[in-house]
Amino acid sequence: MSASYAHPEVLVNTEWVASHAADAGVRVVEVDVDTKAYDESHVPGAIAWAWNTQLCDTVVRDILPKAAFEALMTQSGVGNDTTVILYGDNNNWFAAWALWQMKIYGHKDVRIMDGGRKKWLAEGRDLDTAATKPTLRATPYKAAQPDYSLRAFLPQVQQAQKSASAVLIDVRSPQEFTGEILAPPGLPETCQRGGHIPGARSVPWGRACNDDGSFKSADELEKLYGAEGVVGSKPVIAYCRIGERSSHTWFVLKYLLGVDNVINYDGSWTEWGNLVGAPVEKGVAKSVGQA
Amino acid sequence: MKPENYSERKVDVDGWQVNLTTYKLGEKWHTKADNVSPGAALARIVADTREDAEAGALARAKELLSRTKRNAV
Repeated sequence: MSASYAHPEVLVNTEWVASHAADAGVRVVEVDVDTKAYDESHVPGAIAWAWNTQLCDTVVRDILPKAAFEALMTQSGVGNDTTVILYGDNNNWFAAWALWQMKIYGHKDVRIMDGGRKKWLAEGRDLDTAATKPTLRATPYKAAQPDYSLRAFLPQVQQAQKSASAVLIDVRSPQEFTGEILAPPGLPETCQRGGHIPGARSVPWGRACNDDGSFKSADELEKLYGAEGVVGSKPVIAYCRIGERSSHTWFVLKYLLGVDNVINYDGSWTEWGNLVGAPVEKGVAKSVGQA
Repeated sequence: MKPENYSERKVDVDGWQVNLTTYKLGEKWHTKADNVSPGAALARIVADTREDAEAGALARAKELLSRTKRNAV
C-alpha cells in the first residue's frame, strides 16, 4: 500500500486554488526566485512578496524581524486566522522559504500550491497581469515569538558536524557539493571556498519534485532520503547556499515525510564556506555509514 | 488571459545545461532561461515571436554562464 504524506493539509493543488483563491479568509501569495515574474502574470487575486527585500532583514543578515513580519502580514491583508496559500517559480523554491518563516512566527494555516507557478502555467490556467493587482485592507496581525527550534545556527551545526549527531543534508547541485563551482551556474560567487561540510550527504533539493513541479510521492521521498541516512529520530540539518533551497527540503522532510527533528541552516554555505578555519570536504560524498 | 503553447526544453550552452520555458501570453512570447541545477532564473525575455524570445534568453544566459569558473576537484 502506498504511504501518504504525513501532513497533507499543508498542500493544495492548482484546482483547489482556481476554485478558492477568492474565498474570504484566503490569501494567495506568489514568492519567486525571479521577482519580475509576478509582474508579468500571476494567479488571479494573488499578491507578491519579494524574497530579497520583504522576507529578510535588509541590514543585518537575518530572517525578517518580528515587527517587520507583522507589518508585512498587516499590509498584505493577512490576519492570524487567514489561510495563506504560497506558490512560486522553480518548484516553489522561495514559497518554501516564506512558509518556513511563517512557521517560525507561528502562523497556523499556511499551505503550498503543489507544482507552483510552473504547473499553473503548463495547465493553461487563468492569469492576471500587473495592471490588475488586488486592493488590500490592512489587517491586524500578532506574531508569536520566533520558534528557533526550526532554525539551525552555526554553533549547533559545528557541534553536529564534530559529533556526527545529526544527518547533514546538502541540497545544492552536485557541482557545488564537490567544489567544482562556488555558486549556481551564472550567479555571482559568494563564498571563498568550495566543497561541503564534512560528512554531509548530497541530496539536491529538486530531486524531491516531479517534472511538472509537484512533489514526489511519499514512497519515493522515503526511498530518496532513507538512502541517505534520514531514518528514525536522528536529527536532520538541511543546508544549501543561503538557506532557501534547504527550506524546500526542510518542508519536504517535516511536512511530507513527518520528520520531527529537522531544522534549516539558513547561514548555509555562504556562512560555512567563508568561515576562517572551518573544515571543508571536497569531492563526492562517501557512502552512508562510511567515516 | 491564459498562457498558450507552453513548452520546456533543455539545451547545452557552453557545457552548461539551460532550461528554456516558453509560452504565449496575449500577443507576446515569454521565455525564461534557468540553469537547471539548481534552477535559478538567468534571463526573462518578452518578444513578438517564439524564436526571438528564446534567442534573447539564450544570449543572456550565455553571457552570465561565461562568468562561472570551474575548479579542479
